[in-house]
Parts: sequence; C-alpha cells; structure tokens
Amino acid sequence: MPLNKIVTSFDEAVADINDGAVIMVGGFGTVVSTPSCLLEALDRKGVKNLTTVSNSTGFGADVWRMAGAPFPEDMDILVRNMRIKKAIVAAPVSALFVNNFEKLLRAGKVEIEMVPQGTLAERIRAAKAGIGGFYVQVGVGTTVEEGKEKKIIDGREYILELPIKADFALIHAYKGDRWGNLVYRGTSRTFNPTMAGAAKVTIAEVDEIVELGALDPEAIVTPGIYVDRVVARPKEAPKMEGKTTDAEAKESRKKYEADLKKAQRKRGDR
Amino acid sequence: MTTKADLIKKEKLDRQIMALRVAKEFQDCNVVNLGIGIPGLAANFVPAGREVIFHSENGVLGFGEITLPGEGDLDLVNAGGQTVKVAPGMSFFGHDESFVMVRGGHIDISVMGAYQVSEKGDLANHFLPDRQIGTIGGAMDLACGAKKVIIAMNHTTKDGGYRIVKKCSYPVTANKCVKLIVTDIAVIEVTKKGLVLKEVAPGWTPEDVQVLTEPKLVVDPKCHEIELM
Repeated sequence: MPLNKIVTSFDEAVADINDGAVIMVGGFGTVVSTPSCLLEALDRKGVKNLTTVSNSTGFGADVWRMAGAPFPEDMDILVRNMRIKKAIVAAPVSALFVNNFEKLLRAGKVEIEMVPQGTLAERIRAAKAGIGGFYVQVGVGTTVEEGKEKKIIDGREYILELPIKADFALIHAYKGDRWGNLVYRGTSRTFNPTMAGAAKVTIAEVDEIVELGALDPEAIVTPGIYVDRVVARPKEAPKMEGKTTDAEAKESRKKYEADLKKAQRKRGDR
Repeated sequence: MTTKADLIKKEKLDRQIMALRVAKEFQDCNVVNLGIGIPGLAANFVPAGREVIFHSENGVLGFGEITLPGEGDLDLVNAGGQTVKVAPGMSFFGHDESFVMVRGGHIDISVMGAYQVSEKGDLANHFLPDRQIGTIGGAMDLACGAKKVIIAMNHTTKDGGYRIVKKCSYPVTANKCVKLIVTDIAVIEVTKKGLVLKEVAPGWTPEDVQVLTEPKLVVDPKCHEIELM
C-alpha cells in the first residue's frame, strides 16, 4: 500500500490530542510561520491542561488580521481559552504589548518555564536526535542555571540542559507531499523544521499538498520520515463569520498602538 | 557647576544618531545581529564601502533593507517582525541552525538594548522593570555567543536613575559579556581596568557623563567628541 500521510481535515489531524498532552508548536513571533489551522482545530476540540513548547505565546488574531495575514490565529487562541497548564517558552511576553499570556501569568492561572531561545531550539533538537542532554554556557550565572548540573570544560563553566520530550509537534510548512517531505518559504522555517520529528507524532499544516516527486530533492528541508500527518490549508482563507467585526479589529489595533506608545514612553525612547 | 537635574534635562543624541554611531563599529565582512529598537536602526547606516552580513534569529542571513510598512512579504521578516528586502547572497535556515551560529561564535557583533550594564560588563536586559516580568528570547544566547556585544541604550532612566551601574540590580542576562556601550551622551569601553570613556556627545564633558554614571569612569587621554563620519 502506498505511503500516504495526508489527512483531509484539521479536526481529524488533531483528533487524538487529549487533555494533558505535551505539544510543540512551531513558529516564532509573526503568525505566518505558525500552524494556525491546527491550533484552531485543537481549540475547537476543547482540550485542557496542555503543556506547550513554543518560542512565544501569541499576540492574538486581531493583530494579525490587521496586518493582512489570511490565517491569523497564533498561540493566543490556546492562551485566551485557558487550554494551557504550563508553557515552556523563550519569549513569553512582548516588550511592547501586554498579551493575554501575561494577564494569565499575573493572575497565577498558568505555569511557566522560561528557556533561552537557542537552548529551547537545541533541547528540541536533542529530543529529535536521541541525545540525552548537552552542556551550554548560555544561562551560567543567571536564574536559568538554578538546579542544573554544572561542569567545567576547558576552564569554562557550562550547565547541563536536557531534551524536551513531547507527544505532538504541530508545525507549518509551505509545501508537502504524501510522504511528509516539506519545504518552507523565506523566514517562515523558524522552529518548524527543528520540531519536525522531535515529538512522538508530528503534524504538518501546509499551504499546499503536491504530488510525490514534485518537490526538488535538493531543496527538501524536512525529509518525510520526521512527519506523521500532512494536512492542507484551504485555498482561500475562511470568511471570519462575524467572529470579529472590522470595528472590533480596529479598536484592538488602536489599543495595541496606544499600548506600544505607552511602553515606548515608559522605556524613555524618544 | 551643572547639577544632575540640569544634566537630565540637557539635550542628548537622538536614536538615529546613536544608531549611526553603533554602525561605525561594523567592520568589513562582519556578521552582525541587531536587536529590536535602536540597534535595529543601525542597519540603515553601514559605513560606505563595507560589506556587512546581517543575521536574524528567525533564520536568515544577508537580508536587505527594511521595507516600507505594508510593502513587504510576511514570509521575509527580521527578528523584530519587520518585513525586509531580498538581497543577493541571502540564506534561510531553521531555529536550531540559527542558534548554532550564535553559540558557536559565528556571529561577530551582537547589538542589543539594555536596562543595566555593570562596570564588569554584566548585562541585564531580559527583565522588564516597569512590568516586573522577564522575557529572555535570544538575549542570553547572543550575549554568550557573539564575539563582541555592543549595547545601545539611553544613559540613564527617564528620571535620571543610573543604568551604568556598579552591580546590576535586575536579573542578569549574562556576566562579563559587554564590550562597548553606546549611549545618548557617551561611548564607553568595558576593559579589565574598568569603564573607559572614549567619546562624549557634543556639549558634554567627561565630568557631566560621570555625574550620570554610578561606577568611576577612566577617562581615555584621547577622549573626544563623538565622531559620526
């Protein structure tokens, strides 16, 4: 039987992600590298008590809608709907914007493990590579070193960092085929190829599914063996069905810009 | 005698001029990572005749200028989320590779903002004091891994509080990592002998700068007005 990892709906793709799962979510700060439709499906499923592993915790769909992103949901959809028990994250809050995660954090409604961005990437890669841990200088002499084994190598101090194990990795790519081979577009690789294969199950949301053989073998970034499911975004972005009216989006954008200015004033920027 | 209150109100360099001064540090063929804010502006001021390769944490080397708002491709952004232009020689990679470059010493210069820098070059820039919350991002990796860390920041807090301090009171991002501090009134080098004042803004004296700096500054015998060209 031919190998076929294509699933036909986002709901089907996330059907076995249950309460308490540990999930990696690809992307960086901007929404275009994020598996937006998988996050929406996961939210629809109503899962609770997730542990998430991601670079950041989202700005919210309204910000991205105003920026013209056709699929605007980011990590915020899981944050604002209280689906997260604990976030393992490099940049939980924005210097310029109070996001919903910060509000939950202040209210004591979410746990956090903050990890330097490169250490986060390497801990994910270690899980993917079957490495039991690694030593880095990053974090030495800071709060990050607390509770970690130290070692002197060549006269310099290092700390031991361990792999992050996860049940699912939700990633986004540009094009994929039925074997799960993936290519990306521009700066939208970010954590996506890093996370592919790092969890027990990797689910790739792609802009387009192409025939096997259509992707140039020289250009494939993620070989299919790291990917378990491939699901395509709709050709056209769904209408917003009154979820947010333009007036609401404008209001939110205005508030975002006001917050931004306030933060800049506070920081003493001129 | 000028009082501290006078100095707080006194005219200082603006952000663009600070960025221009930072960019003078970029040598030919350097690989440079720019943080958000004033550091990012330095991309526009690479000295003529020097080829500089910009690195961004989200997985790109050698990108072009920042586009006008609304004109770029959302799949081509710098770490601050600003859309940038395609440039010859540009390359893309994932996050693990991006930080292999950072930790592995492949980045020549990292320019970041800061809340505090100590006289030993300890850096505090991941804790947001006005919000009492931290966000590490890539700051710790860059502070540890880049060959030269340059800090671009205002010399004091808005109400004149020291930001160049004897010892950081905010949580430290990395110890003994800062090599050069470019502020809105001075350029200061971190050396084994202490903080050496190299340049002052027009209209400022070394004595003025000392008033707004907690640790004792060593005034370089060649200390001069900031040169921008």
